[in-house]
Amino acid sequence: MPQRALPDRETQLDMYETMWTIRLFEEEVANYFARGFIHGTYHLCIGQEAAETGVLCGRGPGDVAFGTHRGHGHALAFGVDPGAMMAEIFGKSTGCCGGKGGSMHMVDASVGFMNTNGVVGGSIPHAVGAALALRMQNKRDAVSYCFFGDGASNEGSFHESLNMAGLWKLPVVFVLENNFYGMSTHISESMSDTDLCKRAAPYGIPAAREDGNDFIKVFGAADIARRHAVESGPYLLILDTYRICGHSKSDTGYSYRGREEIEQWKRRCPIACARRYLEEQGAAKREIRERERRAGERIRRAVEFALAGPAPAPESAFLDVYA
Amino acid sequence: MAILTYAQAIREAMCAELRRDPSVFFMGEDVAAFGGSFGVTHGMLDEFGAGRVINTPISELGGVGVAVGAAMMGMRPIVEIMFADFIATGFDQLANQASKLRYMSGGGVSVPMVVRAPAGGGTGAGAQHSQCPEAWMTNIPGLKIVAPATPRDMLGLLRQAVRDPDPVVVLEQKKLYKTEGEVPRGEFVIPLGLAEVKRAGEDITLVTYGAMVPVCLDAARQLAQRGVAAEVLDLRTLVPLDRRAIISSAKKTGRVLAVHEAPATGGFCGEIALTVVESDAFFSLKAPVRRCAGADTPSPFQAELERLVTPDASAVCRAALDLVRM
Repeated sequence: MPQRALPDRETQLDMYETMWTIRLFEEEVANYFARGFIHGTYHLCIGQEAAETGVLCGRGPGDVAFGTHRGHGHALAFGVDPGAMMAEIFGKSTGCCGGKGGSMHMVDASVGFMNTNGVVGGSIPHAVGAALALRMQNKRDAVSYCFFGDGASNEGSFHESLNMAGLWKLPVVFVLENNFYGMSTHISESMSDTDLCKRAAPYGIPAAREDGNDFIKVFGAADIARRHAVESGPYLLILDTYRICGHSKSDTGYSYRGREEIEQWKRRCPIACARRYLEEQGAAKREIRERERRAGERIRRAVEFALAGPAPAPESAFLDVYA
Repeated sequence: MAILTYAQAIREAMCAELRRDPSVFFMGEDVAAFGGSFGVTHGMLDEFGAGRVINTPISELGGVGVAVGAAMMGMRPIVEIMFADFIATGFDQLANQASKLRYMSGGGVSVPMVVRAPAGGGTGAGAQHSQCPEAWMTNIPGLKIVAPATPRDMLGLLRQAVRDPDPVVVLEQKKLYKTEGEVPRGEFVIPLGLAEVKRAGEDITLVTYGAMVPVCLDAARQLAQRGVAAEVLDLRTLVPLDRRAIISSAKKTGRVLAVHEAPATGGFCGEIALTVVESDAFFSLKAPVRRCAGADTPSPFQAELERLVTPDASAVCRAALDLVRM
């Protein structure tokens, strides 16, 4: 059994700050949408912060990542600038995609955050292709992170991608965020066998399942996954978590989930749990509050940046169809 | 100059680009040791090795998607889809991903890849192995689509497609694989977006591409015997379309017949026709713009039935004469 990595105090506080950054970012998106500053839709990851942060905190300098339509947390945890992201959601030219992509299509290739995708499972083969490229380019210490949900594990793209990644032993860390629902459909209604680890076995890929709301456990499990990907081949990490918010702007999540269940998961909020852990481990309240303050400040500046940005120039609608 | 078959030109184009650029690699089903289901890629594994000539499982969606991901990271993959009909099997990766990633990212990522696929009927392969699917894709901004008809055009266009910074779909015609033609030696590319007059004439323009190019040239010879000089304009690239060449030829002859193997309704002939009539070439027209295209049916298996639904030189000739006699 590989030794579980434990993050040091500083890393724990960094993760705590990142989770707060994600939470506040998501809440501001909902807030500004309700006030009419944002159009379209959004898919928030409130409640899933530890799963995403715990994995990506341990990323290496040459790593790349692919997120989902619910991808703000993936992007923020990977280091994409929150201002550029907020401006993108506001549809400003200062957005990371110039207002051309919006909430579901976040890209910052300069840091290696390659894509979030509006098609469920659409990016899974991309992550495998990226890993193939890393190998061809001789980047031996780098991995490709591929995030998707329980719902995506029913898509053909999931199976084709895991099959090829396993066959070619590519450095992919597949992260399945199991929040138990594909939109409104519980996993027990979309698959006969909800033992998700089994989904990796046919492809020769090792799998582990972990409590996605415990940032320490996620960090340790993700470290094992990443080292395996570098040394041997792909790994499937299943993180049990929960989306406290609704699926999208038009859904509160209450029509298909019991109030009791939602309250249960709210009590297991990953950020509250992380804070309790930090306090129990002796972190100074002052330090914790400072990280919260910093997160708040980053998001305040991100919103300011977004509000200040101009709308895209009309001609930009016609640019970048081709090179 | 050398003489190559159309199939050999495909291989020569890929080999030339793999030799020239280490970021180019090739993947497809049965392409490595087996040499491809049509023998097109025979020998490539030996020259370039398993690291660059990759056999995939039967996974069109995954295969094209893997190529998209590799291309986003700066590689230049060429993906073979065994039959163009199976582009449908993995269509999300072309329709929603490859074509749109540059745009959605505001230019942040690019997808320089080639998908090449043998298309067309005439081999008794049946409805699911005989389609010409260009019209599925010509309406997707972000894709480029190329349909070479000769070994020379295949060599030049496929080489250029590999160098193109955008996703290019190269539709090959399987029934042309054995046709021969002269090809230049050495460094040689043909820019995308340029049509070519394959035969000059003053009386009527046959606008066409792919497998219908030799059919139209045949028809032009038959028409010449009847005193009609037909111009055969081979589009070579469908997207980006050389509208100027179409309009210029239409103005010259005043009669336009759009010819393709794919079914008529919703087929690319519509784009050709509208290109003519929405331009000032309209005022040069001496007859309606018409099409000679495949019937609106799937491809039947039985050979005679298949011939009935596919345009041939006689059908093109008849349609052209109808326009000339107006």
